[in-house]
Amino acid sequence: MQFSENWLRTLVDPKLSTGELAHLLTMSGLEVEDCHEVAPPFSGVVVGQVMKTEKHPNADKLKVCHVDVGAAQLLNIVCGAPNVAEGMKVPCAIVGARLPGASPDQPVEIKGATMRGVESRGMLCSARELGLSEDHSGLLKLPDDAIVGRDVREVLALNDKIFIIKLTPNRADCLSVLGVAREVSALTRSPLQSPPISAVPNTNKATFPVKISAADGCGRFSGRVIRNVNAGAESPEWMKQRLERAGQRSISALVDVTNYVMLELGRPLHVYDLDKLAGGIDVRFGRKGEKLKLLTEQIVDLDESVLAITDASGPIGLAGIMGGDSTKADLDSRNVFLEAAFFFPDTIAGRARRYNFTSDASHRFERGVDFDNNIDGIERATALILEICGGEPGPVTDNVAKLPQRQPVKMRVARARKIIGVPISADEMSDIFARLGFKSAREGKAADETFVITPPSYRFDIEIEEDLIEEVARVYGFERIPASPPLAVANMLALPEERRSLHDLRERMAAAGYQEIVSYSFVEESWEQDFAGNAQPLRLLNPIASQLAVMRSSLIGGLAANVRYNLNRKVDRVRVFEVGRAFLRDAGVLDNDVQVAGIRQPMRIAAAAFGAADEEQWGITSRSVDFFDLKNDVEGLLAPGQVRVEPAQHPALHPGRSARVVLDGAQIGWLGELHPRLQRKYELPAPLVLFELDAEPLLARNLPRYSEVSKFPPVRRDLAYVFDEKFPVQSIVDSLMRSKSPIVEAISVFDVYRGKGIENGKKGLAFRVLLQDTQKTLTDAEVDAALAGLRGVLEHEYGAKLRQ
Amino acid sequence: MDNLDGIIADAKANFDSITDLAALEQAKARFLGKSGALAELQKGLGKLSAEERPRAGALFNNAKVQIEALLQARREAIAAVALEARLAEEALDVTLPGRGRSRGGIHPVIRTWQRIEAIFRSVGFDVADGPEIETDWYNFTALNQPENHPARSMHDTFYVEGGLLLRTHTSPMQVRYARTHKPPIKVISPGRTYRVDSDATHSPMFHQVEGLWLDENVSFADLKGVYTDFLRKFFETDALQVRFRPSFFPFTEPSAEIDMAFASGPHKGRWLEISGAGQVHPNVVRNFGLDPERYTGFAFGSGLERLTMLRYGIDDLRLFYDGDLRFLRQFN
Repeated sequence: MQFSENWLRTLVDPKLSTGELAHLLTMSGLEVEDCHEVAPPFSGVVVGQVMKTEKHPNADKLKVCHVDVGAAQLLNIVCGAPNVAEGMKVPCAIVGARLPGASPDQPVEIKGATMRGVESRGMLCSARELGLSEDHSGLLKLPDDAIVGRDVREVLALNDKIFIIKLTPNRADCLSVLGVAREVSALTRSPLQSPPISAVPNTNKATFPVKISAADGCGRFSGRVIRNVNAGAESPEWMKQRLERAGQRSISALVDVTNYVMLELGRPLHVYDLDKLAGGIDVRFGRKGEKLKLLTEQIVDLDESVLAITDASGPIGLAGIMGGDSTKADLDSRNVFLEAAFFFPDTIAGRARRYNFTSDASHRFERGVDFDNNIDGIERATALILEICGGEPGPVTDNVAKLPQRQPVKMRVARARKIIGVPISADEMSDIFARLGFKSAREGKAADETFVITPPSYRFDIEIEEDLIEEVARVYGFERIPASPPLAVANMLALPEERRSLHDLRERMAAAGYQEIVSYSFVEESWEQDFAGNAQPLRLLNPIASQLAVMRSSLIGGLAANVRYNLNRKVDRVRVFEVGRAFLRDAGVLDNDVQVAGIRQPMRIAAAAFGAADEEQWGITSRSVDFFDLKNDVEGLLAPGQVRVEPAQHPALHPGRSARVVLDGAQIGWLGELHPRLQRKYELPAPLVLFELDAEPLLARNLPRYSEVSKFPPVRRDLAYVFDEKFPVQSIVDSLMRSKSPIVEAISVFDVYRGKGIENGKKGLAFRVLLQDTQKTLTDAEVDAALAGLRGVLEHEYGAKLRQ
Repeated sequence: MDNLDGIIADAKANFDSITDLAALEQAKARFLGKSGALAELQKGLGKLSAEERPRAGALFNNAKVQIEALLQARREAIAAVALEARLAEEALDVTLPGRGRSRGGIHPVIRTWQRIEAIFRSVGFDVADGPEIETDWYNFTALNQPENHPARSMHDTFYVEGGLLLRTHTSPMQVRYARTHKPPIKVISPGRTYRVDSDATHSPMFHQVEGLWLDENVSFADLKGVYTDFLRKFFETDALQVRFRPSFFPFTEPSAEIDMAFASGPHKGRWLEISGAGQVHPNVVRNFGLDPERYTGFAFGSGLERLTMLRYGIDDLRLFYDGDLRFLRQFN
C-alpha cells in the first residue's frame, strides 16, 4: 500500500512528525517499508512564463527567452530546450536558487552568467533538473493556471512524502488511505475526517439489469448508469498527483476515478461501456470451454471454479479480478455502467495467480473488501465523474444476494490477560475496542468479565477470541508489554549418557582434520546415477535449476564437487565432511508423527579426503591419503563401537578398494576409494577416498562397564606365518579370537610383508599376542600351551607356514 | 708415613688430568690397586712397632678415604661434563612447527546452531529434528495455513513427486514434537528448510531454528523475555535493543516480528529483522492434540544464516554454500 502523507493528513492529522507517524504505524503492525520525499530539496524555483523567445545570436541550438517571474522586469534567460515556446509556464530557477546536485550535500547553485556573449539570469528547468523524474527531453510544463512567481514546490505540492506500507494479509482493511487513516485515528485518538460522500441525485431512470446466479461467490452487486459522459476529459492535476504518489499511472478520467476511489475508500469499482453490454449481467461461475479476453488482451480459459461476470454475449469479466476487453469503457464511451460488487474472498483467492497475474482488485477481494461501502463507492465515483466528465446519472441499483455474517465474538478479560501476560484493565480494553470502532458489550463481572464484539464490515480478521486479544495487545502496544523472565518449574533436562549428539560426531570429525561443509540437498540428476547408482531419483516438480533437480540419496556428490571447487582455487589437500539427510524411496516407511510415508530420510555423515595424508610439513614424509587413513578415521568416529568392514561393491567406488562398514552386525555405510572412472569424469587428478555412514547408529554408545585390571605381568609373544593371499586378515583374526585360550588378552596384526623370501600369491603376516591372567603370573608352560592352540588354528585352518 | 700427603697430592693431580672414565679407573689402580702406591706403603706398616702401628694405620686409612673421595669427585665431574655435552648435542630448535595432523572445523552456520542449542538447553529446552520432505498437512494445514495461502503456491514451495513438499520452515517439527510429547513442551528444532528463491540474499536451502514453549501459563510477555534474553546471550551484549511489533502469521496470534539493533558496530542503530514469533494459534494447539483452553504458549522461528552473518560480520549468504575452504577455515 502506497500513498502520500498529505493525502493521509486530509483524513487524519495527528500531532506527529513524519518519522513519528511512520514509527507509530510500524509498531501497530502496518510496517512502513519506505518513507521518502516526493522530490529532493531545492529552493529558488518559481513559476515562470516564457513571454518571448529569440534566436541566440551566436548559437544555433540556443534561444534567448524573456521570462516573467512576477518581478518588475522580465528575466533574460538562455535556454536550449527543444520544447521552449512562447506563453508556456515552466519552472524557473532564479539567481541564487539551489537545485539538487549529485548528492544532497552538494546542491547546484544558480548564478548569473554570460552564455556565448548573452547574459542569462537564471535557468529554465526540466523535470530531471529538479529531481522529479528522469525526464530530460525538455522543460517541465506547468499547468496553465499556475500563478507566475509562485514557488514551484507549492504549485506542485512537492513538500510531501510517500509512505510504502508492507501490509500483512489479514489487514485488507488498510488497503486504502481511509483504512490507514482509521487506524491512525484509533491509535492517536485524532479525529477521522471521512472523504466527502453524499448521494448524487439521479437525473434519469436508466438502470441496467443484474442477476446474481452465484450467490456463494457474489454477495452483492450495486450499479449505476451514467449517460452522456465525456470520457475523453482530462483528469484534474490533484487527482493525477495523488494517483501517481500512490504508484498509479493516470490512464483516463474514468479509469482514474475508479482507481482513485479504490485507493481512497478501498472500494474496487469497474466501469463498463453501457453500449457494449448485451442483455443483462449475470454473475455466475465459468464453464469449461469459455474463453475471455481481458483488459490486458490476455486470453484466459474459464472453468467452474472461476467466478465470471457475463452478459448475453458470454463472459465479459473475471469477477473481482479484471474486466474484459469487449465491454471496457474507453475514451469514446458515452454511456457507462458502474459496478461496485462484493465477492467472497474464498471465491477469488488464488484465481488470478492461476492465470499468472495479479490485479489491485484481486489483491483486495481475496483478502476481503468492505461489503458495506458499495453505495458509498458509487456515489463518490459518480460525483467525481460528473465533476470531470459531466453526465447524467440514473438511480443506484443494489442487488444483495448474501452478505458475510458478522457473528459476535467473545473475549474473556482473564483469557486476554493470560495470553498477553499483562493485567490490562477491562476499561482499557473497552476503550481500545471503542477506538477501533468495534461495537462491544460487556458481560459478567470481575474474573468472568467478557466482551462481546461485533466486528465491522471492513474487518475480515476478527472471528475468534484470539483475534480480539491480538487487537488489544496491538493497540495497547507491544512496547508496553514487559519482557519478563519466565517463571517455570526448574526441572533438569534428561541427558542420556548412552546417546551422543550429531555435534559430538562433528567435533570428532573436526578433530580428525576434516572441515565441515553444507551442500544442497537437491543435486544434479547425473550425480544420483554416478554416486548412488540411482536411475530413478526422487524428483522436484519445480526445481530452481536443472542442476538442482533431484533429491540426493547420497552425500558423496556434494563432497566430490567441493573437492573439485577447492582444487580450482589451488588448494591441493582437501578433507571435508558433511552431516545431512539423504532421501530414499522406501515403501516400508509408514506415515506417522515422526516420518513421512514412502520416504526414508536418514541423517548421514560423510567425508572425503584428497591429496596428501598430512598437511605438508618438515617432520613427516609426504604420502597420499589412502583407504586405511580413512578407515582409521571411521574407527575413531565410531569408537568405542567396534567397526568391521567387509569387502563389497558400490557403484561409485573402486571395486578392489571398497567396503561396507558394519557395526554390531548391521551395515551402516560405505568406505572406499572413488571409482577411477568417476575420478576421471569429475576431473580429480588423484584418488578421492571417502566414507558415508548412517548417523543414527553412531549416536548410540554403551555405558562403560568396569572389568578387573590384572596386577600380574603380561606376556608378549609374536607369531609370524606365511598365508595364501586369498585369506583376508579379518577372517584369520576372527578365527584366532574364536578359539583362543582365555588367557589370550589381545591379538593384533603388526606386520604385513610381501616380497623377497615370500613366493608370489602369498603374504607374510605377523601377529602380536598379549597374554595375561588376572589371578596369577603365567608360567611358561601355560603360555606355550595357549600359543600352541593359536598356531594350530593358523596351520590347520589356513595351511599357514611358519615364516623363517 | 710422611709420603702419604705426597701420594694424596699425586693422586689428585693425576685424577684431575684425566677426562674419561676408563682412564680414571686405570689411574685408580695406580693408587688404590693391589700393587698401587698405597698398597706398597701398607707393606711397610708391618715393620712398625706395636705402639706406632695404630696411629700409622689411622693415617693410612685416612689417606685411602681421601683418595677414594678424590676419585669419586672426579668421576662425577667427568660424568657432568659428558652429560653437559650430550644435552648440548640433543638440543632442538623448539621453534619448528609441531608435527602431525592438522585440525578441521565446524561450518559457521552449524556453529551458530550449536550455540543456540547450548543457550536454550541451559534453560531446559529439548532439541528435536525431523523429516525435511514433508506432507502438506504438517507443513501447512496443521499450522493453520489455509488452502489458498500464498506460501502454498508453487512460487515459494518446492514440491516433490508424490504430493509431498520440502518443508518451508522448521515449524512442522512443532507439530510432530507436540504430538509425541506431553506438556510442558519446551523444545527447539534447528534444521534445513527450503524455499523457491535464489539471489544474493536468498538461498533455496537455508537453516531455521524453531522454538516452542507450551504450558498452562506461558504468555506473550514470556516470549518477549525469553527471546530478548536469547539474543543478548547469543550476541553477548546487553546493549542490544530488541523490539516486537505486530505482524501476521497463520500459526500464531498475537503474532510479532522481532527486530534488533546493535549499540555499536557496522549495523549500529539500524533495526534488523531477526525472527517471527507469537502465541501459538488455538487451531494449531488443537492440531497438537491438546486443549488450547488449558495450554498456551509461544513459538518463534529464526534464520540461522542471518544470525551467523550478524554475529561474524559476513555479508554474502552464498559463502555458506560455496564450500570455499579459505572461508570456512576462518571459523575453526
